[in-house]
Amino acid sequence: MSRIVVGHLYPDYLNIYADRGNIAVLERRAAWRGHRLEVRDVSVGDDLVPGEHDLLYIGGGQDREQALIAPDLAAKGEAARAAVDGGAALLAVCGGYQLMGRSYLDGSGERLPGVGLFPLETVAGSRRLIGDVLLECELEPGERRALAGFENHAGRTLLDESGTPLGRVVAGFGNDGESGFEGCRIGNAVGTYLHGPLLPRNPWLADWLLERALSRRGEGDVMLEPLPDELEHEAHEVAARRARERGGRR
Amino acid sequence: MRLGLEIALARAAGRLSRLAGAGGGTTLPGKLLLRLDPDAIDRLGRRLPLGSALVSATNGKTTTAAMAAEILSTRFRLAHNRSGANLVSGVASALLRADGAELGLLEVDEAALPEVVRRIHPRALCLGNLFRDQLDRYGELELVADGWRAAVRGLPAATALVVNGDDPQVASLSTEGGTPTVFGLDDPRHALPAVPHAADSSHCIRCGTPYAYAAVYVGHLGDYRCPKCGHARPALDVVARGIELNGLESAAFDLVAPGGTTRIALRLPGLYNVYNALAAASLALALGAGLDDVRAGLERFSAAFGRFERIAVGDRRVLVLLIKNPAGANEAVRTLLAGGAPTLAVIALNDAIADGRDVSWIWDVDFEPLLERLERVIATGERAAELSLRCKYAGVDPERIELVPELERALDRGLELTPPGGELVILPTYTAMLSLRKTVAGRGYVRPYWDERAA
Repeated sequence: MSRIVVGHLYPDYLNIYADRGNIAVLERRAAWRGHRLEVRDVSVGDDLVPGEHDLLYIGGGQDREQALIAPDLAAKGEAARAAVDGGAALLAVCGGYQLMGRSYLDGSGERLPGVGLFPLETVAGSRRLIGDVLLECELEPGERRALAGFENHAGRTLLDESGTPLGRVVAGFGNDGESGFEGCRIGNAVGTYLHGPLLPRNPWLADWLLERALSRRGEGDVMLEPLPDELEHEAHEVAARRARERGGRR
Repeated sequence: MRLGLEIALARAAGRLSRLAGAGGGTTLPGKLLLRLDPDAIDRLGRRLPLGSALVSATNGKTTTAAMAAEILSTRFRLAHNRSGANLVSGVASALLRADGAELGLLEVDEAALPEVVRRIHPRALCLGNLFRDQLDRYGELELVADGWRAAVRGLPAATALVVNGDDPQVASLSTEGGTPTVFGLDDPRHALPAVPHAADSSHCIRCGTPYAYAAVYVGHLGDYRCPKCGHARPALDVVARGIELNGLESAAFDLVAPGGTTRIALRLPGLYNVYNALAAASLALALGAGLDDVRAGLERFSAAFGRFERIAVGDRRVLVLLIKNPAGANEAVRTLLAGGAPTLAVIALNDAIADGRDVSWIWDVDFEPLLERLERVIATGERAAELSLRCKYAGVDPERIELVPELERALDRGLELTPPGGELVILPTYTAMLSLRKTVAGRGYVRPYWDERAA
């Protein structure tokens, strides 16, 4: 049994699309394998200490909340990058994903500073990209997996040439509605627009993050044993079908 | 007489819609009319000799409007969209049906409000609250708030503007235009121990600092003050004090208004219904009703369509509490718990446009205190599997979760598990509520909604 320390960034500001559902899934799925998740809130004015966390989570917020925390987060940028360099896993969703890039030019024309973890820039567009999304991902060579979620963002996110997307858009808009890419991945860090929340209906990603967090604790290469995920698969199928039927069109 | 011809055509469409069994014809006539003539609603509004009062809010607008109708209907003939068809087309349909009406009493969708205000030039506007709701339709809460601000800005002094002082966003509109009436609660005995997870506007709307609350009543509604810049709840004109909540049965409060104080005994439960009653009372007072009319009307009122409805189904009863967003669902849960929690519940989650296609909001509802007490939960609706996951990850033993996606089967399963004389609690989203009601009506237990009169 291991303890996994999670740093939840700005839960009091960035919580718009059920981010606590993602945390609940990580907590339960760790517990069902005999591990204990210890979630520590890290908010405005708190120090982010590199090496303290095995997994970082940052959720979504509206422009207003993003603007309120962006300067504080940018000041934590070096620590966040150091944490990921040191092997910590990271999941950044929607607004948190945007701010993990270099900057976000929001709808009011204000440029919010980012962490610079992901090689990308985000600029708000006039029309929001809203709908169900289905992605195909390959986080481990040869292992193709699907992610189903919901997106709702004004931001158009452009990856640098060197950037690796999280996945290919099967149905929906994705990063910018045009490139056919969604999200970004660097090592153990994943950023995405998909909420829903993301992890309950995509438990494989929750387990991938937990395995990386456990590895960082010095457990070596960890393979978590499978769980009875019939309900999760059913919810995934319904969400994937929704995306195929009515996901955003490019 | 172009308008006359258009009206005749649109009404015929409504009758056809009902004959065809397509539903109540509560929006089709309006849609058709607006297709023929987009400005027709402006002229329909002008036919009302006493003008119109509009009611909007994320939560409680149907109940608030129905309560105000109960108060005002003894004095005025009303044009009222009582079934909750509250988009521009629904408003147009209500105005079309309103032959001989004197006063419009119109519930309006939050996003449709700016257009309706621009076209109808209301005599009174009652704004209740803004919570996160259907962000897949509205984008961001701030966009709705900006739309309201633009709609209110520059309203003439002749327009009564009734706002909830306990909601920072809504209260701040009171200085933008019209003649304001500010209402709110003043009874810290009913305050929540903390701002709930789903709270939205709990950071100062001026400077972004978290508000300090002397009392939080529902979501982010309460008696707030910014510790940094001092932005605070405005002085209240109409206040609810001495609030008494009697489980699932009823509520009572002292209505303290500039013209006097009166005790109101509601036949509805829950603090959120005190808010609805207070909003309806403030609106009616602003339209010139007396305190006695207000009390009599509120005490006659029983329930708005599907919001908190008890329906006899054979030798059992069904209690329907509509859920549609975190703040509203939290209040439904709170009210159920106050009534002695049930051991069985049917929760129905659909994801049509009217429900919100994005179902992530169920994860922001504090269902846990209810789930802990349920021996069995029946998850139903189009997104029943997602709902089951919500329960599973809340810690409910999967053995106690029944996944029954088809609504009618879930209803029957719930009734089967309910003893004769017992009551089955159902928490449906909007379209699930409509279809469950249709099922029950098909068995002859409730009249279809387009026949319904206020109680």
